[in-house]
Amino acid sequence: MATGLSGGKGHWTRRRQRPLDAATVCVREKVSGESTQWWSHEEEWERRRSSGRQLTSAPARSMGRRKKDFPLKYFACSPNLTVTSSNEALASASKNERYMENGNIAAASPEEVRRSPAFGWAARDTSGVLSPFTFSRRKNGENDVTIKILYCGICHSDLHSVKNEWQNSVYPIVPGHEIVGVVTEVGGKVDRFKVGDHAGVGCMVNSCRSCHECTGHQENYCPGMILTYNSTDADGTVTYGGYSDSVVVEEHFAVRFPAGMPLDRGAPLLCAGITVYSPMKRFGFDVPGKHIGVVGLGGLGHVAVKFGKAFGAKVTVISTSPSKRQEAVERLGADAFLVSKDPDEMKAAWGTMDGIINTVSAAHEVTPLLSLLKTFGQMVMVGAPEKPLEIYAFPLLLGGKSIVGSAIGGMKETQEMIDFAAEHNVTADIELISMDYVNKAMERVAKADVRYRFVIDIGNTLSAA
Amino acid sequence: MAELGNGKKQASPEEVHPRKAFGWAAKDKSGVLSPFAFSRRNTGADDVTIKILYCGICHSDLHTAKNEWSNAIYPMVPGHEIVGVVTEVGQNVQNFKVGEKVGVGCIVNSCLSCQNCNRDYENYCPRIILTYNSLDVDGTMTYGGYSNMVVVNQHFVIRFPENLPLDKGAPLLCAGITVYSPLKEHGLDVPGKHLGVVGLGGLGHVAVKFGKAFGMKVTVISTSLKKEKEAIERLGADAFLVSSNAEQMQAAMGTMDGIINTVSADHSIAPLAFLLKTHGKMIMVGAPEKPLQLPIFSLILGGKTLAGSCIGGIKATQEMIDFAAKNNITADIELIPISYLNEAMERLTKADVRYRFVIDIGNSLTEA
Repeated sequence: MATGLSGGKGHWTRRRQRPLDAATVCVREKVSGESTQWWSHEEEWERRRSSGRQLTSAPARSMGRRKKDFPLKYFACSPNLTVTSSNEALASASKNERYMENGNIAAASPEEVRRSPAFGWAARDTSGVLSPFTFSRRKNGENDVTIKILYCGICHSDLHSVKNEWQNSVYPIVPGHEIVGVVTEVGGKVDRFKVGDHAGVGCMVNSCRSCHECTGHQENYCPGMILTYNSTDADGTVTYGGYSDSVVVEEHFAVRFPAGMPLDRGAPLLCAGITVYSPMKRFGFDVPGKHIGVVGLGGLGHVAVKFGKAFGAKVTVISTSPSKRQEAVERLGADAFLVSKDPDEMKAAWGTMDGIINTVSAAHEVTPLLSLLKTFGQMVMVGAPEKPLEIYAFPLLLGGKSIVGSAIGGMKETQEMIDFAAEHNVTADIELISMDYVNKAMERVAKADVRYRFVIDIGNTLSAA
Repeated sequence: MAELGNGKKQASPEEVHPRKAFGWAAKDKSGVLSPFAFSRRNTGADDVTIKILYCGICHSDLHTAKNEWSNAIYPMVPGHEIVGVVTEVGQNVQNFKVGEKVGVGCIVNSCLSCQNCNRDYENYCPRIILTYNSLDVDGTMTYGGYSNMVVVNQHFVIRFPENLPLDKGAPLLCAGITVYSPLKEHGLDVPGKHLGVVGLGGLGHVAVKFGKAFGMKVTVISTSLKKEKEAIERLGADAFLVSSNAEQMQAAMGTMDGIINTVSADHSIAPLAFLLKTHGKMIMVGAPEKPLQLPIFSLILGGKTLAGSCIGGIKATQEMIDFAAKNNITADIELIPISYLNEAMERLTKADVRYRFVIDIGNSLTEA
């Protein structure tokens, strides 16, 4: 959607809308001949500065003014907050606002808000191919911790984002939200961390901190929640994730790693772990003796099996591939294994499960899974198939069953989950890779060819270009 | 001869039990009903015999009579919103006396020993026996309330308080409990919470009344603007949304604690999911034939629930009737003689009724 012309021939500003993030971000697009090139805000500033042009205004940026046709269709709204007000709350926190003549709020230049150089790997376009990328991080504020990144897990969401599969990607994207490292600087008001501590960052780096969800420790459902990458932060800058050498984050959104917790195998818990732990606690799947089904044995599924066993539940894995049976039962400790395409196996398990965690992102039939539930059983969806699910109403009615969605978890329960995992030796099964293997690893993630999470050895293999 | 599902033939409906009874039955999947002579069992030790005065017409009666659920066994006597007066009780019956006003809903028997029955969820018993079109424990067909009398195990009989009108109270025995039970189960009975009611028919209008009685804010969501005045002025709803009006729907996004969806026609539920607050619940009590299409993001972003519910247990049904009597909640009905039955069924297919037909059995059903 074009919002107006500015600048010389061939330049215009295009406004992109982001589900999950109420603020809109402008990127500039230049069409030259037949090719189209994209720049981010930051790169636009670089170009202007190096061209010697006088910087009278920053590139136009709207801080979430809600347009009539804003497709909020993927929005979870809190009763106390509208989209607009949450962004105004965030915007007013920034000291770097300037009003432009046309009434838009301009963010400060990247140099004014970010002082420390950083480097990482970014995807530049929808091919999703990553390559070295230089950028900068904000200076450490009084509530911030700076973390030198040692490891970062590769989540399937990273792949969805770099390929723009969710139609909300703004390039360049530095993915990565399973970040673990060592604290190198703490702000004056920080009291949970000191330099040298091991810390992690998951999927969120900010939220409004005042709505009903935030005060209830459910920052993951805050309408103003800022994601670790591909989001617009409170100061108007784009967030860059953990495929990089460092991250600066508010203390509230950092997680302490207990001593003795392996950093590489613990990194995936920051997304995969909390994504299954949160609903398992919320819906009472953590009660010893309950029978839990886990659908899909990948990054999320294998961690769900481990947590389920640690809770004292009986765990049955439901999968399309018989080849995973031995792995599931002998290595991961599952009590049983059902092949979902085998009608006899499935029928024998009808009405036996208190709950099911469904981690599958591919399109699949959920109605046969509902039959596995006892009366009042709940199936929690943590995987997000692209096409709509087809749900027959009768199996829900006859048994009072439900399908519930769940998205990551709040910060308090993320810390709780890490502490629980440390106590019960729950870690992810990983394949540790070097930074330059990342594109190959992404290809393998697309084919689910990994047992069960790639983790990038950032500390040892990421070097400045 | 009645043809049972297992292929066995047994004595004709008139002879299988010792007491003569009569009613109207559907003989085939045209669903057309006509006079029908059959029989009822004698009053057993745990039984209550009821002379039927009124019976509500539920949409399920229509679905079943026309074999839309592929489980019809003909001849079929529908009707599971039965109200009448006790004429005889068995020797073990302590809780009912001759002359008392009572009702029978959708269930006439269950195993009474499984985990669900023991927790008062007879509606989810795997061996549930429905008031009609089911095989009873003795292998005979159950026949419902479009008839002059019924014999029921006392456990499944509901006492009608004195002040609850029998005709307007009859539909509560199915429509009432079907909405009351999930509203209570899912915490949608808390004063100040915001309830959405989708569909304003037999179930929907009763859901509005219960919602208001619970002290909730109630918004009706409907496809037709025509129903707005009715919903707000007569039924007491606080607001009305037309589901095809994108602006209205957008303005109401994220405002509802729960939604009870009573619609049986195929419809799109994704826009309804966005009306829910974080952790909000949508409860399906209608059963559309085609599968619901649900983009999973609509549940994941906000941790929302899509649940199903089917009638309710007997204890909950009694509680619901007592609550209705105390709060003057009754159904809005059109009372009809039995001779009007087929026409009423036709009007029901077009949803042309405000909001439940009730057959005046006591005054209009006579032996053919």
